[in-house]
Amino acid sequence: MSIIYFLIGCSILLALIFLGAFFWAQCSGQNDDLCTPSMRILLDDEDEDEPEPRK
Amino acid sequence: MIKTESIEKTSCYHCGNDCETPAYVVEEKHFCCLGCKSVFEVLSASNLCNYYSYNDHPGVNRAKVDKRFDYLNEPDIINELIDFKDDDTTIITFYIPHIHCSSCLWLLEQLNKMNHAIHYSRVDFLKKQLNVRFNHNQLTLQQLVEQLYDIGYEPVISLQDIIKKQNTPEKDNLVLKIAVAGFCFGNVMLLSFPEYFGISVYEQTFKHFFGLANIVFALPVVFYSGWGYFVSAWQNLKVKNLNIDFPLALGIAVLFLRSVVDVIINNDPGFTDTLCGLVFFLLIGKFVQRKTYYHISFERDYRSFFPVAVNVITDNIEKPVPLSQLQTGQRVVIRNNEIIPADAILLKGRAMVDFSFVTGESIPVNKTLGEIIYAGGRQTGEAIELEVVKSVSQSYLTQLWNNEAFTRQKNNNNQTFNEKVSKYFTVVLLAIAFGSLLFWLPFNAGRGLAAFTAVLIVACPCALALSTPFTMAAALSIFDRNLFYLKNTQVVEHMAAIDTIVMDKTGTITNSDTNNIKLNGELTDIQQQLIYSACTNSIHPLSRMICDYLGQLPKLPLRKYEEIPGKGIVAWIGDHDLLIGSKGLIFNETDEKFTKTAVHILIDERYLGYFAIEHNYRAGMENITNLNPDYQLYLLSGDQDHEKNDLLRFFRSADQMHFNQSPQSKLDFIRSLQDKGNKVMMIGDGLNDSGALKQSDLGVAITDNVNNFSPGSDAIMDGRSFKKLPSFLRFAKDTVKIIHCSFAISLTYNLIGLSYAVTGKLSPLVAAILMPVSTVTIISFTTLAAHFAAKKRHLL
Repeated sequence: MSIIYFLIGCSILLALIFLGAFFWAQCSGQNDDLCTPSMRILLDDEDEDEPEPRK
Repeated sequence: MIKTESIEKTSCYHCGNDCETPAYVVEEKHFCCLGCKSVFEVLSASNLCNYYSYNDHPGVNRAKVDKRFDYLNEPDIINELIDFKDDDTTIITFYIPHIHCSSCLWLLEQLNKMNHAIHYSRVDFLKKQLNVRFNHNQLTLQQLVEQLYDIGYEPVISLQDIIKKQNTPEKDNLVLKIAVAGFCFGNVMLLSFPEYFGISVYEQTFKHFFGLANIVFALPVVFYSGWGYFVSAWQNLKVKNLNIDFPLALGIAVLFLRSVVDVIINNDPGFTDTLCGLVFFLLIGKFVQRKTYYHISFERDYRSFFPVAVNVITDNIEKPVPLSQLQTGQRVVIRNNEIIPADAILLKGRAMVDFSFVTGESIPVNKTLGEIIYAGGRQTGEAIELEVVKSVSQSYLTQLWNNEAFTRQKNNNNQTFNEKVSKYFTVVLLAIAFGSLLFWLPFNAGRGLAAFTAVLIVACPCALALSTPFTMAAALSIFDRNLFYLKNTQVVEHMAAIDTIVMDKTGTITNSDTNNIKLNGELTDIQQQLIYSACTNSIHPLSRMICDYLGQLPKLPLRKYEEIPGKGIVAWIGDHDLLIGSKGLIFNETDEKFTKTAVHILIDERYLGYFAIEHNYRAGMENITNLNPDYQLYLLSGDQDHEKNDLLRFFRSADQMHFNQSPQSKLDFIRSLQDKGNKVMMIGDGLNDSGALKQSDLGVAITDNVNNFSPGSDAIMDGRSFKKLPSFLRFAKDTVKIIHCSFAISLTYNLIGLSYAVTGKLSPLVAAILMPVSTVTIISFTTLAAHFAAKKRHLL
């Protein structure tokens, strides 16, 4: 049953990695603006070379 | 009928307004004005016409154009505005109110395609902010702002940048604290389950290991996530105040110490799961209470509305001077749509000043040479020159901000229910805890200590601490849906306590947009045509209103036309001579008793009557009047008492109406009501109400567009919701009742827990069940009850 010690250690380590990832995201400002990126993704990228046909 | 349909006005490709003239057409696209057309041309030159493909008519109307950003060359001003600067890069954040759709987002993030000196531009949509990084050696700040202006996104530039300040995230790392507490709570729960289900004799070594691991997890919860409670409790104790954080901090401390002792000495499971859950839920409660409106500012004063700089003439040279350096005696130039920043004497030009931001009155006022014009007015028409007679902060309007109402903190006698109760709660809690300790001490010291700690653990007012934030958060979101924006959650409780309502007149109970114009008298078709022909030549707003009223008529050629400022129009059309204007122009007399804004008409020496301009009262004024028995209503107006008789139908007696009030006397009136013990709500809209809004227990600024300027206040109401004010007031009372009920519920849970605790035999399992169950009950009760109350008041 000593494997429990190892398993709990692993699970806590894994959870700590996720907690660290959240800290990093929060501190680097990734959660500051939750609205704009959701709109930005819907806008198409333009072709740089080809001028848009105006209509 | 079909014919009129076919000549249906086309709408502007840029802004969507009706095109009055077919003059502005480019590439088969119609524009309503030169401004809109030029934006399109700028965009098409930069190959950015996709702007128009994401949304129809994404632009803002550009009929009124005047761009003057000379002052952005002053190094003092630049340094105030920018976020960061090094040798060649500048970073600046603009607030652009017009950001409203994906087209805006797209275009503003393509700025680098228009000018390569711009490295990067990023929009924050909710905050309506644009962050730009650019090379200031190739592009000056002025050019950048002009570029933004040319594409139809004029930033609001103000030295008192409230919006920016308000949106800087708070430094208390609440989200991180919640993350840590949640992380530890989850892990502790997991490690505690074996204990709840029973650990066999063979596995006793695990028990100690789990207990120690739990203690390790509890450390960051107590010393990082929950630390704020100790700090707050200590600071309040120092000023001899027992707030709710004291029993909470006590609970956290006792939970932790007892758990450490239990685990390490007694080899018992301890209460770490309760501890982590408690801190986690408390922080969640703090989080929901924090509501931010990114696009609204409650702290604006005259500085955010006044310009950054003004053009001063010295030795015939115009130079922009920052407002703070403006001195009396200086000569300033104010152009169309600029704001007069200080009390000044008119020296040159025709002043037609729009005081709508100050008083709410939308019709501009004529001023004659030599007259003093108070600060805050917006000049419409030609450029004028003025001599400053008072410094900016000492002007008639702005000296209001020197009043102590603006410097002191809002009065603290408005204690929230939570604050009042927690004092008694703490005292009773400590009494029970020490009582049980003393009761057991003679027989069994260990059991006495156990009972003592158990009482503090079980009675820890977690549910009580959560009832207010969750109820208030639900209430705030309901107000928000009804276009009523509250500054914070305490405002709801203040609103429930209100017994007196004071209202401003112009712009508050009257609708500033839709003035009613009425013709008193009879006009033949030809007379109407004559008046129309004369009035179309004038840019005075009253003339324009008359033209709108008469509708499109064929214009007759004028033989003579003269506009006398402040009086009216003298015109000669065909064989007719016309006088259109004030009573003074027509009868050479000014009748003070005449109670309306009116334009009189005299054609060929015959008086034909007058056009009267009346204000429309906002919809739902009758509902407000019905509040009368429960609430005292007052009207405070800066105007003459013209409409007194008209207003009597809303306010039962003339004593409730006060006219000719200066900004200062409005403030004093509110204070005199408060001195009588009344809880006063002030509803106003202009800068002249600022003092009264600040002094009142609850200041509500009313506005027709929340992105526009509104004076500093506790709450901002959209004009469309004015009719719901009675429901808002009742709902605020309901909310306070809900808090009382949830308090009773949480007390019941505490009593159940206490009955276990005083015996000194509280098992960790009972505590671990009781705490989350009571929390969940409170959260669901408050949320459901708030929604039910909102339904009852027709707010949902």
